[in-house]
Amino acid sequence: MKNRKDVVGCRLLVVAALIAALATSGCSSRQPKTDNRQRTQRVLRVCADPNNLPYSNEKQQGFENEIASLVARDLNARLAYTWWPQRRGFVRQTLRHGDCDVIMGIPSNFELALPTESYYRSSYVFVSRTDRRLGITSFDDPRLKKLRIGVQMIGNDHVNSPPAHALAKRGIIDNVAGYTVYGDYRSQEPGRDIVDAVAKGDVDIAVVWGPQAGYFARQQKVALDLVPVSPQIDLPFLPFVFDISMGVRRGDTALREQLDREIEKRHDDIERILDKYGVPRV
Amino acid sequence: MLGATAQVQSRKQSLGAQAILVLIALCAGCNQKTPDNKTFPFLQRYSSAPSEKTDLVKLEGEDGQWIMPAKNYASTRFSGLNQINTGNVKNLKVAWTFSTGSDRGEEAAPIVVNNTMYIVTPFPNTLYALDLTQPGAPAKWSYKPKDLNPSAKGVACCDWVNRGCVYANGKIFFNTLDGKTAAVNAQTGDEVWVAQVTDINRGESITMAPLVVKNKVLVGDSGGEFGVRGSLTALDTETGKQVWKAYNTGPDKDCLIGPNFHPFYDSDKGQDLGVKSWPPDLWKIGGGTVWGWISYDPALDLIYYGTANPGPWNPEQRPGDNKWTCGMFARKPDSGEAVWFYQWSPHDLYDHDGINELVLLDLPINGQTRKVLVRPERNGYVYVLDRTTGQVLSANPFAFITTSTGVDLKTGRLKPVQEKAPGFGRVTRMICPPAPGAKDWEPSAYSPITKLLYIPHANLCEDEEGVQANYIAGTPYVGANVKMYAGPGGNRGVFDAWDPVAGKKIWSIKENFPVWSGTVATAGNVVFYGTMDGWFKAIDARSGQLLWQFKCGSGIIGQPVTFLGPDGKQYVSILSGVGGWPGAIVPGQLDPRDGTAALGFVNAMGDLPKATTKGGMLYTFALP
Repeated sequence: MKNRKDVVGCRLLVVAALIAALATSGCSSRQPKTDNRQRTQRVLRVCADPNNLPYSNEKQQGFENEIASLVARDLNARLAYTWWPQRRGFVRQTLRHGDCDVIMGIPSNFELALPTESYYRSSYVFVSRTDRRLGITSFDDPRLKKLRIGVQMIGNDHVNSPPAHALAKRGIIDNVAGYTVYGDYRSQEPGRDIVDAVAKGDVDIAVVWGPQAGYFARQQKVALDLVPVSPQIDLPFLPFVFDISMGVRRGDTALREQLDREIEKRHDDIERILDKYGVPRV
Repeated sequence: MLGATAQVQSRKQSLGAQAILVLIALCAGCNQKTPDNKTFPFLQRYSSAPSEKTDLVKLEGEDGQWIMPAKNYASTRFSGLNQINTGNVKNLKVAWTFSTGSDRGEEAAPIVVNNTMYIVTPFPNTLYALDLTQPGAPAKWSYKPKDLNPSAKGVACCDWVNRGCVYANGKIFFNTLDGKTAAVNAQTGDEVWVAQVTDINRGESITMAPLVVKNKVLVGDSGGEFGVRGSLTALDTETGKQVWKAYNTGPDKDCLIGPNFHPFYDSDKGQDLGVKSWPPDLWKIGGGTVWGWISYDPALDLIYYGTANPGPWNPEQRPGDNKWTCGMFARKPDSGEAVWFYQWSPHDLYDHDGINELVLLDLPINGQTRKVLVRPERNGYVYVLDRTTGQVLSANPFAFITTSTGVDLKTGRLKPVQEKAPGFGRVTRMICPPAPGAKDWEPSAYSPITKLLYIPHANLCEDEEGVQANYIAGTPYVGANVKMYAGPGGNRGVFDAWDPVAGKKIWSIKENFPVWSGTVATAGNVVFYGTMDGWFKAIDARSGQLLWQFKCGSGIIGQPVTFLGPDGKQYVSILSGVGGWPGAIVPGQLDPRDGTAALGFVNAMGDLPKATTKGGMLYTFALP
């Protein structure tokens, strides 16, 4: 199914590649250490995904990009990005490799990095069309046994997305449509397909992590309802609500303290940015 | 992601050159779908390919050469050479070495054709040709794949490995981590064609070594953890054009299952089981990739290959047998049509990818010579199957197993132990074998002289207890906390000699680390393998006695080969360079305190960084 691109598609790809090459050739390199300006100006080195809106992309259009810019300005630092797809090995290949110093968003109890104070708390949400008036708030709603439900799945590694576990536990299986967490990386917005599916009516309802749901819901032509799921923690221990922090290398307490001060000082500005991107908070 | 590709390249090239490179590479990809070369005039320079048809069936029988990683279509990895034997192997000395310039895991087999050795490195997958006619075997040329997508490194699950290249029709064929197959002129190193086979943007990478059968290059995908849909693709050796593609999940027509499909067991019979054995539509992200080995029987004209684990993780989400994952297909190479299928682990619970090697042998079973295939499987059993029908003739445990109690020979089904089924938030201890299995991809060898199969493998168990926070692509979640550790006895590795007829172990060598290298057996009654702390060993094929060993610079997870040099002398070669899934702790600089890193493997490998350091180096040995 992936090998049947037609001629037109292929030429488009060529054009797209040229544009992308032109557009990005001026961006910062992976090793800002070699930059002479470092001697005169501080550099805030951020590890980020180059194609993962609403969080970040290499055109710096994500809310994490905006918050990074804000912090860099305050620290009188130049912003330098190390781009790497945020997948398994992301922390190892970027932050721990020493190429960059901060990841703008990690779960606050994530052990592979040293977290700052959390700067927002969001939840997985039920996404449905407003005109359907479903009003579903809980995984225990009996209608979920019948409705077609979109859920993001993870391939293996002994884990799956929290809603996939919650639904399976309740025997809700045959009416579930699986989407990958990664999406199609060729797309400018790999994360939007599951929200699009709700708007188009491919599924009746989807369960999506808040920031992704909020951002892509705003871009639909039809109104979508976003409702935080309940329970917030499914037994025995399956949380749907996560605090999100910035993450620095373990041991880098100096940078953490600076970022903690920033998060406190810029609380209102950060809230404004999160609002702008439609990030639901709980 | 193209933007990111271009950006990384921009460090090395001027903008104009870079844009042209992107264009050329993309057009090479286009060419396979749009044969109209006039559209892209620069393609002309790729068209100087030698195209004589090699008789691979004849060539694989020549013991002087080693043209494919498995040595031959039957995948015996047996060489008829006997200059080096049990009497003189103790005199083996290094003849020459070659640095690959890579610090990632070296899983490839070197191949030898026409007095030239070819090796392919981990990503960025450089192909080197070494001139065996010159003292010290200097490099004749190297071929560096262009326009590699660096995001492949983020996609690959288990280090950036490549398991080798293959020779046919005057060309060397190999796969790149970012989902392409390359054909390179074996003499000149010129690129003949490059085909985009899988889509890295959807998480499909390639790590396997291709196999060439009847002028078709057979290529399978990796990436089960991304929810990809597994498949095997056949490309034309001369043009790189797709001849057929067979999926391992979904409707029969996608799986090339038709009227000639006759599986042995009832549970594999029925229409569209690749759809019906899943919840609706889940087969679309159902895994079943093909990242291991393919064998071929020219007399039956059947190819054989295994399929990897089903996705998504969380077996509760995918009730059913999840066809056609964790099993194996027999197919016709010309059309790809399926002839039979057998499933090692229906509804896999443990990530037991069924992709290991399939050794084709003719063995006396109950007084009759049977055409069989022998398979040391991840779930801990050595299977002997009738390769004409797919019937299981025997399945005997070669490792410590708690997850199943055997294989029912009437139904062919594995008998799982319910208490060992992992589940979210549940504590499950002593899961043996764990995710990498009793034996992973590292291939065994069979000697027709001793009639023994030599199996390099692991002795590991795992616990799943509690949960830990994680995130991918901005999405937070909690996952199972998996920790692996040594199985009974405390040794993490084993090298076994196994009698496939009697179904029992003849001798066994305990190794401290999991044995992650392949092996080769020779007519000199010597078998070779390597250890993750860097010892390359020669063993007496009959007794299991250690005859010789040499400490290489880095841990060994490669595949040894043996061949005749232009001087008529027998040589043995191995790539050293630790890495892979168990060894990722060394090149990946994982934190030994973080036991759950590398999917829990680091817990079992915390002492490896003290035992070896990274760095790829080829070693070639000979008698003085």
